[in-house]
Amino acid sequence: MQIYLPIAEMPVDMFLIAAIGAAVGFLSGMFGVGGGFLMTPLLIFLGIPPAIAVATQAAQIAAASTTGTLAALRRDAVDMRLGLVLLGGGLLGTAIGVAIFNMLRRLGQLDIVIVVSYVTLFGVVGTLMLVESIKALTARRRGVQPLPPKPPWHRDLPWRMAFPRAGLEASLIPLVGIAMLIGIAGSVLGIGGGFIMVPVLIYMFRVPVALVVGTSQFQILFTMLGATVLHAATNQTVDIVLAMLLTVGGVFGAQFGARAGRNLKGEAFRLLLALLILAVGLRFAFELTATPQDRYTIAPVEVSG
Amino acid sequence: MSRAAAILLAMAAAAAPAAARAEQMVTALSGSRVEITSTYTGAEIVAFGVIERDLKTVSRAGAYDVVVTVRGPARNFIVRQKERVGFAWLNREQRRFIGVPSYLSVLSSRPLPDITSPQLQRRLRVGVDTHLSVIPDELLPERERAYRVALRRIEGEAGRFVEDPAGVAFLTPTLFRASIYLPATARTGLYEVETQLFADGTPLARAVNTFEVAKTGFEQRIAEAAHQARWAYGFAVAAISLLFGWLASIVFRRD
Repeated sequence: MQIYLPIAEMPVDMFLIAAIGAAVGFLSGMFGVGGGFLMTPLLIFLGIPPAIAVATQAAQIAAASTTGTLAALRRDAVDMRLGLVLLGGGLLGTAIGVAIFNMLRRLGQLDIVIVVSYVTLFGVVGTLMLVESIKALTARRRGVQPLPPKPPWHRDLPWRMAFPRAGLEASLIPLVGIAMLIGIAGSVLGIGGGFIMVPVLIYMFRVPVALVVGTSQFQILFTMLGATVLHAATNQTVDIVLAMLLTVGGVFGAQFGARAGRNLKGEAFRLLLALLILAVGLRFAFELTATPQDRYTIAPVEVSG
Repeated sequence: MSRAAAILLAMAAAAAPAAARAEQMVTALSGSRVEITSTYTGAEIVAFGVIERDLKTVSRAGAYDVVVTVRGPARNFIVRQKERVGFAWLNREQRRFIGVPSYLSVLSSRPLPDITSPQLQRRLRVGVDTHLSVIPDELLPERERAYRVALRRIEGEAGRFVEDPAGVAFLTPTLFRASIYLPATARTGLYEVETQLFADGTPLARAVNTFEVAKTGFEQRIAEAAHQARWAYGFAVAAISLLFGWLASIVFRRD
């Protein structure tokens, strides 16, 4: 059934959009990632203008992470303190990222930077996670105890803060710094950055998986709410009809995803997330290197005035 | 004799404007407004025309030809070309097309080359090509022409550039109709329908009608809110996201 999107100015199939929302919501609930890195390319593939895809999926992710955060809060699986510290760094990074975004767009190099960054980022993060989780899985199968974690590199940095819920005592410098870097990458690439935050918390800070998902969703929720309002106010690119369709699908998907995620073992969880990230990275690598079907692309530009 | 000749001459002079009188043409559209509602998936508008001639109108050896040109609101296009750089395909060069109609439909009763000369086509803005640039295709180097061909092809595949040599049908020798199909992605705004009448390669008459494509009701209010009350709209969307998320967690609450 077709429905007309008032801001994107095109009709779409209601059920197809809701199904995409549900599928991405499922993954997002399962892994505690926002899912923007999946949603944005899917919407663009359907013919939604990129600016509207990037802005509108922020609203959908906000809804999905509201549900996720509430569920995590009920299970007491959010480290508020850690979440707030990460949020602070993330917001700072978002502001810097928006400035970089506008600069790249002026230089006319935004498309290339986005695709190359996707390939690099997803390739590196995905490969690291894959190698690690396979090692952990095979070690467990052989009955070998996993090696005791090496002392983290950031152990001796100043401004330490204790996060009793996460069993973590760490310096604020790497925490805020990494949240900031993710914020920059997020706003330049149109992604929430949850898929980087989750492995960073697991591997670098050894936060328990159960807590990582809730805390990451808490941070994503507020980042995405801010992004929705800012996109609407500055670019008028948030399509409320599209957002609601995605959200209806997304909230359902996220529920089932969260349930499925709780039954996953730590290693399997990491392996699956690694494969997912790698798959998206490969998809972009393919786009970058394969001979395009059409060498020409058209970008309509509004006549100003 | 010379007196009779003078009278004849005077009569001929008096009759000349009447004898050279060209056809009149009256045109109308089936509607002047296309309303976009939530179930909008495109629209069809029919253009009608009558060619009026009387006893004084010169007789024509051949049949009439009609070209109906529909032009949507103008916009600029950037056409980019990917090139292989090392192992990757990157956008390297681009060309701008300024002030091109966002929708362009050229419907005619016969193929355009049969109706009139390339020079007249260009001067009267008949044909999709003549709207893309003032320079004819054949004067452009191959490299430049490729961008124009790409624009025409890609917009054509989307149904926004149409050239149909059988798009105008004559119901009688002087009554014709043309169906204008608007894809759902055609932009909102004012559309101009120009009807041109030809015979033996000569333009005889021209008429212009307009119609408007506009959002109505809910769609219109949403679009207005998004542009006029930006912050309120943004907060409203954020609030809806929170509400939906909260509702879902209530609905699914089992534990």
